[in-house]
Amino acid sequence: MSSDDLLLVRGLEAGYGAAPVLHAVDLSVPRGTIAAVVGANGAGKTTLLRTLSGMLRPTAGRIALAGEDLRGIPVEQLVRRGMAHVPEGRGVVGELTVDENLRLGGLWRRDRADAARALDEVYQLFTPLARRRRHLGHQLSGGERQMLALGRALVGRPRLLLLDEPSLGLAPRVVAQIMALLRQLRDSTGLTVLLVEQNVRSALSVADQGVVMALGRVVTATPAAELRDDDDLRHAYLGF
Amino acid sequence: MDRFVFLTLDGLSRGAVYAAFALALVLIWRAARIVNFAQGAMAVATAYFAYSVAAATGSYWLGFLAALVAGLLLGAVVDLAVMRFVDHSSPLNPVIVALGLVLLIQAVLGMVYGNEFLPAEAPLSRAALTVGGLAVLSPYDLFAFAAVGVVVVALAWTFTRTPVGLRMRAAAFAPEVSRLLGVNVSGMLTLGWALASGVGALAGMLVIPTELGLHPHAMDLVFVAAFTGAVVGGLDSPPGAVVGGLLVGLLLSYVSGYAGSDLTALAVLLLLLAVLLVRPAGLFAPAVARRV
Ligand SMILES: Nc1ncnc2c1ncn2[C@@H]1O[C@H](COP(=O)(O)OP(=O)(O)OP(=O)(O)O)[C@@H](O)[C@H]1O
Ligand SMILES: [Mg+2]
Repeated sequence: MSSDDLLLVRGLEAGYGAAPVLHAVDLSVPRGTIAAVVGANGAGKTTLLRTLSGMLRPTAGRIALAGEDLRGIPVEQLVRRGMAHVPEGRGVVGELTVDENLRLGGLWRRDRADAARALDEVYQLFTPLARRRRHLGHQLSGGERQMLALGRALVGRPRLLLLDEPSLGLAPRVVAQIMALLRQLRDSTGLTVLLVEQNVRSALSVADQGVVMALGRVVTATPAAELRDDDDLRHAYLGF
Repeated sequence: MDRFVFLTLDGLSRGAVYAAFALALVLIWRAARIVNFAQGAMAVATAYFAYSVAAATGSYWLGFLAALVAGLLLGAVVDLAVMRFVDHSSPLNPVIVALGLVLLIQAVLGMVYGNEFLPAEAPLSRAALTVGGLAVLSPYDLFAFAAVGVVVVALAWTFTRTPVGLRMRAAAFAPEVSRLLGVNVSGMLTLGWALASGVGALAGMLVIPTELGLHPHAMDLVFVAAFTGAVVGGLDSPPGAVVGGLLVGLLLSYVSGYAGSDLTALAVLLLLLAVLLVRPAGLFAPAVARRV
């Protein structure tokens, strides 16, 4: 833990109704790094992201973004503090066009000129989207939707990107492209990423830190390379 | 033939008002998934207020403006003070609350203004102009057409061309995602109620002088007609509401012209029933699934 942590989580507890899901979760993600959160189905990965982005209210613990305590800050304000959450299932608005979805990602910004620039950059980054500006969200393929969801988050020029299973349902080549893009954004813009993935291999291939969750707890958080290369660790926590 | 032309024009001018009122219903349905059964009573309340203002100031147009402003505010208040607290776990709850609101508003209006019809003057002549020997629309009909046209175009432009319109649509379609993207979803909901109620107030102001005058129940039949129009168009479709409202206006005009005016209420109910049985999603329902 250092003062360079963009995201710092301590003793976080959260759940649905009376049933707690997260138990005493600690996490620190340094600025400009990628942390991959892996773990079995139902381990609490999505719940963790939802709590971080304010969609779920924590019952205990602390979340700090760039040193600022996020308690009591409404969800719609978090994006103004640099947090972008691409939810599980991507959250593309099917009734809106590609262009409207993307513009929605930058509507909150005061700097309209830079929002327009960011929109152009996203169209350059994801050329299939540029060809489908007027298509509705529900007319897109799975991969295009993932591009749209990711692009929409990037239009807001986030400092911290929370991604929930971006590889879901995508061809390996597309997954590799997304991972390469995350690495490139980290290196060129200092983006910090918290990446939830079932696709452990590709997640660990770009991540700086590997966070293993089981039954709502963080069971280990180590440099990703260690998790990748240490057979014992991998067997113990990931089962392969 | 002359009679057919007359009935068609008359139907369209009635229909324009139904279209506006149906549009207001659709706006709230899209934003909040509530059929606002209180919309008629709310519109009547703003019309009473408008005629009080007109009487006090001597200016119909000040009263007209007051109705629109009061409509906007009343919509926001109904959302913030009432609908916000309704538990949506059963779709029946908002319906019951809206019906309660109807009773409340009508009771208050009855206490303040009495339960007799009060005269509501039209600001322009209601005598039909004749073109080439044919009786067509009155200046007041033309005014009503223009007012509805301006509002429909302004709303369409706002929703499809402006940032706040994009926010409102996003908030209605995907509230959770919209909040993540920085949209003040509850603010958009309140704005939706305000706009819808403002449009409802306009429709009330336009239609009340053409009927028996001010009365707590003055909008009851208009509500049924407009609701039918909204259902015909598909509750989710603003253009559908406009077309549906116009169709209902035409139907009513033909029925009362060719079959007698005491059959109009029956005709509306039959149309409503037929649409609900044959095509409950409305004629303009999108062909694809709503949520993806
Ligand atoms: N909306 C909900 N209401 C009640 N319980 C829920 C809800 N969502 C998730 N849970 C429970 O919380 C636990 C953690 O779920 P979560 O979605 O966080 O897991 P996950 O690690 O993201 O799993 P997956 O890899 O399958 O996406 C599970 O036991 C699940 O049953
Ligand atoms: Mg999940």
